[in-house]
Amino acid sequence: MAVMVVVAFVAFLMFNFVGDPVDNMVGQEASYADREAMRDRLGLNDPFLVQFTRFAGNAVQGEFGISYRLQRPVADLISERMPATLELVMASAILAILIGIPLGVYTGIRRDALSSRLVLMFSLVGVSLPTFVIGILLIYVFAVILGVLPSFGRGEAVQLGWWSTGFLTVSGWKAIILPSITLALFQMTLILRLVRSEMLEVMRTDYIKFARARGLSDRTINFGHAFKNTLVPVITIIGLNVGSLIAFSIITETVFQWPGMGFLFIQAVGFADVPVMAAYLVLVALVFVGINLLVDILYFVVDPRLRVDRSVAMGGDE
Amino acid sequence: MALLEVENLRVEFPTRRGTLLAIDDVSFQIEEGEVLGVVGESGAGKSLTGASIIGLLEPPGRIAAGQIRLEGERIDNLPYDELRRIRGKKIGAIFQDPLTSLNPLYTIGRQLVETIRVHTDDTEAQARDRTVQLLTEVGIPAAERRLGSYPHEFSGGMRQRVVIALALCANPKLIVADEPTTALDVSIQAQIIALLKKLCRDHKTAIMLITHDMGVIAETADRVAVMYAGRIAEIGPVKQVVKHPKHPYTIGLMGAIPIVGRDIERLTQIEGSMPRLTNIPDGCSFNPRCPKVFDRCYVERPDLVPTGETTAACWLHAKEKTGV
Ligand SMILES: Nc1ncnc2c1ncn2[C@@H]1O[C@H](COP(=O)(O)OP(=O)(O)OP(=O)(O)O)[C@@H](O)[C@H]1O
Ligand code: SF4
Ligand SMILES: [Mg+2]
Repeated sequence: MAVMVVVAFVAFLMFNFVGDPVDNMVGQEASYADREAMRDRLGLNDPFLVQFTRFAGNAVQGEFGISYRLQRPVADLISERMPATLELVMASAILAILIGIPLGVYTGIRRDALSSRLVLMFSLVGVSLPTFVIGILLIYVFAVILGVLPSFGRGEAVQLGWWSTGFLTVSGWKAIILPSITLALFQMTLILRLVRSEMLEVMRTDYIKFARARGLSDRTINFGHAFKNTLVPVITIIGLNVGSLIAFSIITETVFQWPGMGFLFIQAVGFADVPVMAAYLVLVALVFVGINLLVDILYFVVDPRLRVDRSVAMGGDE
Repeated sequence: MALLEVENLRVEFPTRRGTLLAIDDVSFQIEEGEVLGVVGESGAGKSLTGASIIGLLEPPGRIAAGQIRLEGERIDNLPYDELRRIRGKKIGAIFQDPLTSLNPLYTIGRQLVETIRVHTDDTEAQARDRTVQLLTEVGIPAAERRLGSYPHEFSGGMRQRVVIALALCANPKLIVADEPTTALDVSIQAQIIALLKKLCRDHKTAIMLITHDMGVIAETADRVAVMYAGRIAEIGPVKQVVKHPKHPYTIGLMGAIPIVGRDIERLTQIEGSMPRLTNIPDGCSFNPRCPKVFDRCYVERPDLVPTGETTAACWLHAKEKTGV
């Protein structure tokens, strides 16, 4: 909650620092009186706290004002663009998790195998190449040379109520492949490396040694006992990463001209379109907070030691 | 035929600077239902011997020579998966630290049921009944209600009881217990050892009891093996070894026995310390510290030779036999 207030405040401050919007809205030749009238109408002459309270109150209702650039309600713009971004982020997160975790477990168990070393070497590339380079490389190979996948846009989107989805058309599926790989690669390698190092750590613990001494099968030990014990840190990182996926999506969306919020944001920055920028920031913060909450709940599900109420010390020694 | 026969066991660690010989030509036997104590200073090779028997030597450590036979069948060269079927079923193991031997994310009921079902054809319900019975047997009150508890909800002593239940749950023939009480509060150690001994007597399970504590050995074991620098220095019935030790190292150890009831003292009262694996002296490895050392000890390595009622590796006692 506190986080949200701070973010809202910062977003609001932008209004006051990023130039005077009135300059952009009325022509150079407008008179001082005209400007003042405009300022009054926009409420820009009210005391600071009143302005902030109004901003926060509106924000809570999903009301962020009118875009200076497009002269349309920000809420409409955002809700048009959000599905594209969320679908991209979702696809990337699923890709990163579905590939990162199994590879992490594999390289953790077969520590010295040649295949593990190759995977790790490859993952180094994923960590060190910047997102836009990967994006451009992919475009070059698959769109320019091979010509099999589109290099920009989202393909045909289908409207489902207020949500527009690209998952119902072939062109939509084709269009999301390159951007989602681009966006996923970095996170995938992070997850892979984390899962691997956690697996290595857990494999050294006494309870894994004891599980072996009990004669449990390798499969039970690796997945039932070892992997589950890596989940708490892994969930943390994945949670944080879904957040940073949204942040990184700005770059990916720009490279692929993906019609999402990140692209909208970049265009807004270029135009000092403060209401859009503010709305974007508040929304991203909201997503971060939501994810944190989810992560906390998952901790609770995974690790019994965190369920404090049950651990009322029971059973001493006689 | 003894239950367990270890013959000329040799364990090596290949390292960059050459091969470390951690266990050198160790042989001993454990009879059915017998308690064999294994003592020796830190680094003597007790744990490695135990790990070799349960097939859990950690790479790069490996058995380089010798045989381990359980009920007459070799188990040291079994493929990993066949060995797995023996672990827990025929040979149970108990490790030092009860606080960390249990998986923190699963209830103790689940860990027991899981282990029982790996080794038997029990249904879930049968395994559950057996679990309750086992927990009761190891002295956990209201066992039925504790099945759903997690390890962190138990005290150290209680956890070690659960660990014992886990080691015993498939009725193994042998339990390798590596310092099963060292991590526990002194006041509980005796209880746990007594419990272990009683259970194994009831189930006719043999124990290889590794410990630093000569007092525990004197009270619990039938026979005792004294290890020094990767070899057995002396082995024999516990009464003889305690009362009439033959090997100078054992004699030193007996001098260091704590009075029962007093705090345990580590076996370090012999002057000097054990040589590192990298510079074990020629001849008898005990020669730098031995009060009775003489010429021959620097040249030739003594083998285990029966002397009276125990067996010792010392030239003092070999003389008569070999007639040198
Ligand atoms: N991974 C390894 N690499 C090299 N040497 C090792 C390794 N593991 C054990 N050793 C050596 O093997 C020897 C025997 O170790 P072991 O753990 O069996 O001793 P121990 O008698 O159980 O001692 P403690 O009483 O401290 O448990 C030690 O000298 C140790 O340095
Ligand atoms: S062989 Fe020699 S050095 Fe070794 S224990 Fe016997 S007397 Fe001491
Ligand atoms: Mg040890």
